[in-house]
Amino acid sequence: MITQFLYGGSGILLFLLGTWSFIVHPPLIRKLIAINVMGAGVFHTLVALAYRGLTAPADPVPHALVLTGIVVAVSATALALAFGQRLDRDHGSSADDD
Amino acid sequence: MMIDLLALAVAFPLLGAVVVTATPSHARGLGLASAVLTTLTSLVLSLGVWRDGSVRSDFGGWGAPLGIGLQADGLSVAMLVMSNLVALAVSVYAGSYFSATARRHFWPLWLLLWSALNGLFLATDLFNLYVTLELLGLSAAALGALSGTRAAVAANLRYLLVGLLGSMTYLMGVALLYSRYGMLDIGLLAEVIEPGLVAWTAMALMFSGLFLKAALFPMHFWLPPAHANAPAPVSAALSALVVKAAFYLVLRLWLDLFDPVLNASVANVLGLLGAGAVIWGSWRALRAERLKLLAAYSTVAQMGYLFIAFPLLVATPPGLARDNLLAAVVLLAMTHGFAKAGFFLAAGLVQKTAGHDRINELGGAAQALPAATFAIGLAGVALIGLPPSGTFLAKWIMIEQAMIQGLWWWVVVIMLGTLLAAAYIFRVLGHAFNREPTPYRFVNDARTEIPALLLAFISAFVLGLIAQPLWTLLDQGVLG
Repeated sequence: MITQFLYGGSGILLFLLGTWSFIVHPPLIRKLIAINVMGAGVFHTLVALAYRGLTAPADPVPHALVLTGIVVAVSATALALAFGQRLDRDHGSSADDD
Repeated sequence: MMIDLLALAVAFPLLGAVVVTATPSHARGLGLASAVLTTLTSLVLSLGVWRDGSVRSDFGGWGAPLGIGLQADGLSVAMLVMSNLVALAVSVYAGSYFSATARRHFWPLWLLLWSALNGLFLATDLFNLYVTLELLGLSAAALGALSGTRAAVAANLRYLLVGLLGSMTYLMGVALLYSRYGMLDIGLLAEVIEPGLVAWTAMALMFSGLFLKAALFPMHFWLPPAHANAPAPVSAALSALVVKAAFYLVLRLWLDLFDPVLNASVANVLGLLGAGAVIWGSWRALRAERLKLLAAYSTVAQMGYLFIAFPLLVATPPGLARDNLLAAVVLLAMTHGFAKAGFFLAAGLVQKTAGHDRINELGGAAQALPAATFAIGLAGVALIGLPPSGTFLAKWIMIEQAMIQGLWWWVVVIMLGTLLAAAYIFRVLGHAFNREPTPYRFVNDARTEIPALLLAFISAFVLGLIAQPLWTLLDQGVLG
């Protein structure tokens, strides 16, 4: 019970840390890392929820949710990185023109 | 028969997206074909719900809580009909708007967005809703950046990040609810949810995530640049449909799930934020220098009206008056969907002809396109709320209820917003009448002007004069 609380609680802590970092830090890469930390916090909490003691099998639903969530988070991060790269490239080329 | 339709409404655009990606050379034809199929499916589904009541299907024979299902009731079907008609018009318009290279990128993303949208309106499961929200956000941001200009990419990167923040916050709320109740189906959760710290925190998290996505004041900062810099058909879809999807979700969760948890103070905060949106959005629209920026700020304002309805709904006791109010909110959302899409499509045409969309210099271009200008005027009638538009009817009911409940300050806000809307619409139209000679052709480019005209016409005339079916429709599962 304590262990589960510890895991779930640290998940919520990670989520809060990520949210704070997302709002405070302007650079894209820090925002992206912050979003992923938030995601990790949510997934952490969900995985902790799945634990039903040593004798019972773990609840499969949170695991399915976490897997789906990871796929979504990876694609979102990829898209944001592609945007960022596009902005950097445009910035670079306009600097060359000057 | 009905069961298949629910799945098909999501599957057709998804399949279309795959097919269009595989055969980019036929993107337009195949894309349009799937657009027509999707719209037809949604219309037949809606007709079925209208006649026989709400339908639900559990996939693979696995019912809730383990399986996932789709459900169509009056509220979801009303939004579905509006979205699919708007999306069809946008598809026809986009067919001749984009160049051959842009077309290859547009169609897969557009159909994906459509699929996410239909999925969102039909999903009954909190986690499925998260997935459709993310799909919607990803495809919307990618579509918005399609023009590839620096401003568009920067604005849509911000949109993407804000959207991610919103959906992560929403997901945390879902995780909390699951931790307490061990289920995700809205219907099942509604039976067991009780006021308490967990339900309250989950509601706060989920709602604040959705407010970010619905661009509720003061979380609207990302919307104007993202919507104003997107290509015209995309702006139309983003402003008319995507923000509306987040609002639909707030309404759905509020009515179906958090009703016992919510109290008047939460609703009043929503109303206050909505009032801020109405005043600030309308004011910024009035001051906007560019036509599309004006339309984007007008979206911020119009979303505000939808949230003003929450304190009125809470104050009104259950019964006919509350049902009318609820139908008025849905009517307002639908009318704005048609009007804003028509406005953006017409604005895109003006922008394409003039090469820019600075309002003060638009005179000649707007006058050379009578049909587009007429569409802007018709959409303006609906945005202001002049009779016989749906907005007029909806605002009338809202004002009446506010008077009956003695909540006169909301009346002041609605009136002020209406006045400001009239000012910004007439400011645009005023510039359309300053050049001679008047052109002799009304329609210049049928494939792009007709969709804009039809959408604006529906918003200004059809929804207000023929609103009765909406009441019948909402009787299926939502009203009393």
